[in-house]
Amino acid sequence: MALTIQEVEHVALLARLKLDDDEKELFAAQLSSILDYANRLNELSTEDVEPLVHILPIYNVFREDEVQPGTPREEILSNAPLLEDNQYKVPKII
Amino acid sequence: MELYELTLHELQDKLQKKETSSEEITRSVFSRINQVEDKVKSFITVIDKETVLKKARESDESGKFTGVTGIPYGLKDLFCTRGVLTTCASNMLANYIPTHSSTAVSKLEEQKGIMVGKLNMDEFAMGSSTETSAFFPTRNPWDLDRMPGGSSGGSAAAVRADEVIFSLGSDTGGSIRQPASFCGVVGLKPTYGRVSRSGVVAFASSLDQVGVFSKDVEDCAIVLKTISGYDPLDSTSVNIEVPDYTTYLDGDIKGMKIGYPREYFEQGVTEDIKQAVFKALKKFEELGAIVEEVSLPHSEYALPAYYLIAPAEASTNMAKFDGVRFGYRNISADNVIDMFCNSRSDSFGDEVKRRIMLGTYALSSGYYDAYYLKALKVRRLIANDFDKVFKDFDIIISPTTPNTAFKIGQQDDPLALYMNDILTVPVNMAGLPGMSIPCGFSNGLPIGMQLIGKPFAEGSILKAAYAFEQNTDYHKVKPDLGVK
Repeated sequence: MALTIQEVEHVALLARLKLDDDEKELFAAQLSSILDYANRLNELSTEDVEPLVHILPIYNVFREDEVQPGTPREEILSNAPLLEDNQYKVPKII
Repeated sequence: MELYELTLHELQDKLQKKETSSEEITRSVFSRINQVEDKVKSFITVIDKETVLKKARESDESGKFTGVTGIPYGLKDLFCTRGVLTTCASNMLANYIPTHSSTAVSKLEEQKGIMVGKLNMDEFAMGSSTETSAFFPTRNPWDLDRMPGGSSGGSAAAVRADEVIFSLGSDTGGSIRQPASFCGVVGLKPTYGRVSRSGVVAFASSLDQVGVFSKDVEDCAIVLKTISGYDPLDSTSVNIEVPDYTTYLDGDIKGMKIGYPREYFEQGVTEDIKQAVFKALKKFEELGAIVEEVSLPHSEYALPAYYLIAPAEASTNMAKFDGVRFGYRNISADNVIDMFCNSRSDSFGDEVKRRIMLGTYALSSGYYDAYYLKALKVRRLIANDFDKVFKDFDIIISPTTPNTAFKIGQQDDPLALYMNDILTVPVNMAGLPGMSIPCGFSNGLPIGMQLIGKPFAEGSILKAAYAFEQNTDYHKVKPDLGVK
């Protein structure tokens, strides 16, 4: 199957990536060939097969809801690319 | 013999007998890094020498040597290290200084191991050659025109070039075993859940596992014991007792049942590699093991299933890189969507973008059942194949890779490069422990043999690997890097 440029653009937006025209063409071709390869899975009948979501037989892992020491605010903020008044600064949202 | 040439257990022996000090070992390792790093390019960051020597003296002063105490090591640059740059070989994290350390690293620090630096890798562990690093490719110590494998290529090359005594890496589809094979070192990916992944930047969370690169099997057992165990910070880590893995190293494999899957000797495996592994299987027979052919019939479907599941999980894990809380931000955008898109597109390399795109597509509305869900069902069939064989066999042995190390820049078709992982990916799909050990050479390049065990039976593959190593010399052969 071949991915169209429109499909690539749609997926890029979902993935929050901006692609230039060359990248769109390259990815359309490369993703198409990878998906062709993936389509080999259809050679297998999996009708009654339970999907393997997690390899270990563990399910919900709970802990007590206790206050633990956390990382100081200044340390966490120190990696932010843009701050104002000790808060993350982003372009206007609303 | 220089100190940097020795193994962890040889050095630990010397430390305990007071024949050397951590400071001396660390100086020796730094002199080696100075000698060869320009050629090999294993490191993204080498820690300031005086800072490291201070730590070495502290471990000397503690006077108590056990496990990795006083031993210089390196980390793949996706292990978060408090206060030390952690880049994942990406421009996205080129300035990222974590506020916490990975649990595996904290365990090495508790024993006063000596971290000397952070090692190169494929960007966000997406790749099989260390060429997708945003900074530079690492060279294979056996042939500097070749790549070391990947994604933990720096971790493998640094150990083989004697720049560190051991290192840690991570393995999602072969990222420890494949570079270990290409560089001729020991590499072990433990069972999913054996080692905490807290503080390790995630690629595909149902497959990722932390593991060890070392110069020999005994070193591997020592480091594995140090980093293993339950961690409340990783809900997928399992609370099963950690054995002293060195107790398995007795060389006695009489009656051990070894299966070799016929499908792993097809799939484009070169003649030299087949011969080397068959020769190794003969050696196991001589040592008293029972060796028989087995079948893992769904093997050929592991790779296509992997290249849906891993990118799908990666696409969600990579969503956190939004340019807000950490990482690179393109500041030109005047709305939030553009800020996300520009920040990510400016700073991710092609392979990362390709996998995010592929994963997003496989999870998107209308395709989820056809791709992602289908792949999860096939994953069950692959795991069932292993279960069946392990009813009758103790371990499985195969080649680690279909070929030896490629030349740098040789592959530009992504699918062709993905084929490299064809023999390692099924092990991650089933969550099993797997390791690669050196078992021969082809045109001067190392060949790796893969040993696969039952869940949490790292001891049995270490046992077999040790017996083989004691009766062969492949692990003792080192590349000539033109300096002495």
